[in-house]
Amino acid sequence: MGLTSQSTGASVLGSELKVERITPDDKVIALAGNPNVGKSTVFNSLTGLNQHTGNWPGKTVNNAQGKYTHKDKNFIMVDIPGTYSLMANSVEEEIARDFVCFGKPDATVVVADATCLERNLNLVLQTLEITDKVVVCVNLIDEAKRKKININFAELSKRLGVPVIPTNARSNKGLKELMDTVYEIANKHIATNPIDITYDAAIEQAVKMLQTKIWELVDGKINNRWVALKLLDGDPTLLKSLDKYLGFNLLNNVELLALLDTAKKHLTDSGIQPEYLRDKIVSRLVRIAEDISSDTVTFENKQYNRMDRKIDSILTSRIFGIPIMLGLLAGVFWLTIAGANVPSAMLADFLFGIEDKLTEFFMWAGSPEWLHGILILGIYRTLAWVVSVMLPPMAIFFPLFTLLEDLGYLPRVAFNLDNFFKKACAHGKQALSMCMGFGCNAAGVIGCRIIDSPRERLIATLTNVFVPCNGRFPTLIAIGTIFIGGTVGGAFQSATSTLALTGIVLLGILMTLLVSRILSMTILKGIPSSFTLELPPYRKPQIGRIIVRSVLDRTLFVLGRAVVIAAPAGLVIWIMANIMVGDISLLTHAANFLDPFGKLLGMDGYIMMAFVLGLPANEIVVPIMIMSYMASGSMLELEELEDLRQLFVSHGWTWLTGVCVMLFSLMHFPCGTTLWTIRKETQSMKWTLASFAIPTAAGIIVCFVVANAVRLLGLV
Amino acid sequence: MDNKFIPLNFLQLGKKAKVKVLTSDGTIRRRMLDLGLISDTEVEALQKSPSGDPIAYHIRGAVIALRSEEASKILVEAL
Repeated sequence: MGLTSQSTGASVLGSELKVERITPDDKVIALAGNPNVGKSTVFNSLTGLNQHTGNWPGKTVNNAQGKYTHKDKNFIMVDIPGTYSLMANSVEEEIARDFVCFGKPDATVVVADATCLERNLNLVLQTLEITDKVVVCVNLIDEAKRKKININFAELSKRLGVPVIPTNARSNKGLKELMDTVYEIANKHIATNPIDITYDAAIEQAVKMLQTKIWELVDGKINNRWVALKLLDGDPTLLKSLDKYLGFNLLNNVELLALLDTAKKHLTDSGIQPEYLRDKIVSRLVRIAEDISSDTVTFENKQYNRMDRKIDSILTSRIFGIPIMLGLLAGVFWLTIAGANVPSAMLADFLFGIEDKLTEFFMWAGSPEWLHGILILGIYRTLAWVVSVMLPPMAIFFPLFTLLEDLGYLPRVAFNLDNFFKKACAHGKQALSMCMGFGCNAAGVIGCRIIDSPRERLIATLTNVFVPCNGRFPTLIAIGTIFIGGTVGGAFQSATSTLALTGIVLLGILMTLLVSRILSMTILKGIPSSFTLELPPYRKPQIGRIIVRSVLDRTLFVLGRAVVIAAPAGLVIWIMANIMVGDISLLTHAANFLDPFGKLLGMDGYIMMAFVLGLPANEIVVPIMIMSYMASGSMLELEELEDLRQLFVSHGWTWLTGVCVMLFSLMHFPCGTTLWTIRKETQSMKWTLASFAIPTAAGIIVCFVVANAVRLLGLV
Repeated sequence: MDNKFIPLNFLQLGKKAKVKVLTSDGTIRRRMLDLGLISDTEVEALQKSPSGDPIAYHIRGAVIALRSEEASKILVEAL
């Protein structure tokens, strides 16, 4: 089945350890922390917009980098995956550990959650076992204050032996102190004295047996005590990374191997079986964390999380859980559709007003007809439509979606849906990578890395495209509004559009589950592996930040892509429409060729061509349709959204065409970026082709059945 | 096995218990340990998902959802 380690993503490691310094003096800072502790907020606040990646949820399955300057020094901050541990139980933990251990950061910042300190200390302690250049950043202190959780930071710092900085990254509180301290540590102005973590006597003796020899071999490059512990534990992933880093296999050394045997025998003789060593080590760390926490944290209000439990008991309840989820989804769509109508019309008025002025200008300048055709009727008109149809819904939809994300609702979606994924023999985390897919399928595919089992990761990868991404929502919203809603008209227009959209999204989720189930019964057989899901506390959303982030990172990103790709596409299509072969244009030739197939699926040749030409980005499918229709004869003056409907209707659209376009938009080949990402993630051409073929086949079948059933029943 | 111990997924909602034995091994065992589920750790069953599985538990200050497959391999003593 090709599920080798090379084909399933372990090979994504390694190359990611490299960080480009601009000057040799630049300091590299690793940013570690448990998931959901506001690590990304710290990262965003410090590095501003100087980042390499966008702000999609879960983006840090990879190492994201950003820069900031403090006291005239450049700091390169590497946001490593959020993990609970560095014991390499998953790919994320392996990436995190490898960077802290071998990435040679000048300092490591461990972000901890003030409202859940005890459990966060586990990661802090594990980091301190590897390196002493650590700054602990206790984030979310405002949240803790509200829950009446008091932390004695001075005592905490004394116990851990490294600086502890309280912060509230959302309001930039404490970030200056954090940067100051990172500066001091990275420049070795202050020395730290990390807590001694000692284990049972037998383990300590075994470690001592190895330490000197390891020290000789690794030449002080890595903490030898830590390596000794890992060798005793027999962690194969560490040996692999160590090989790569040192350039030689530590265990090729006969003397060390002999010492290791003796040390392991010593452990067994002392009653510690090899398989229980890990238990002993972890238990010790957990106990220390418990101790430190009970000495430094006090809960004034024992019921500090009662509110969260109350909300959970409603949002995930047996009766209301799923209906509320659907209601929220529909609510978001309704606000988007109802709210976008007016600004869309205003934008269209404005932009087409400019078109008239531009046309007058071209007349006045006496420019040739074809130039006016290409620039104004080809490129400008298409762009104007893209902006007025897509911008308002996106500017409403993305902030709303980000709001739900920021509130902490997405993990509840995963909690509610987990049983369905289990029944589909898929991984529970697939619900999360699916949610990421609503943002961007390419991001969702990368997000599948959080799934450890290669089989389940492939299932999640191959089915990710069944949920509509940012690039397809505008298409779905536009067709749903101007077509399905428009057909009904009147007071129910928004409600009908909302229903259509909600239905399409539900269908996408159903298809995800169905195809996952089929895959796990056929070519990717297996049983679901274990998983744990944290339900983090609900957080007060940061409205300002949400708007800025969602407008900058999502709305403008998607719109920009549409504009950049639609402009040249507009040119190509205008040219195709104006080059005649025989009596008819090239465009019509192409469309005629595809027409029988399109008709079979309830659409037409132009629509099929729009999907094919839309391969680079789904954003441009509707623009291409508009453009081809306008270029193919009936030149309409498009003045309001209703005219767009008229344009489609004049080309033979019925409500069935609208439905089929929405279905095919939901289920067809992934966009170029996503395909390329799948190729990179799976390292396999075969799986990339499968990811192309599966949704396309599903789309063709569904559209064929729907179109012909409706026609047979005589509904259109 | 001692009769006093029950699998964690049988713990009634709202009730607390102490972890006694982990019967899992390999990666699952390590995951459970990383969550801080060592011997004598107190856990509380909080909330079932709409279909009854997974169940959310309060574990060392965090809320963690476990599927019945994992929770059944954690033997606890009800308090």
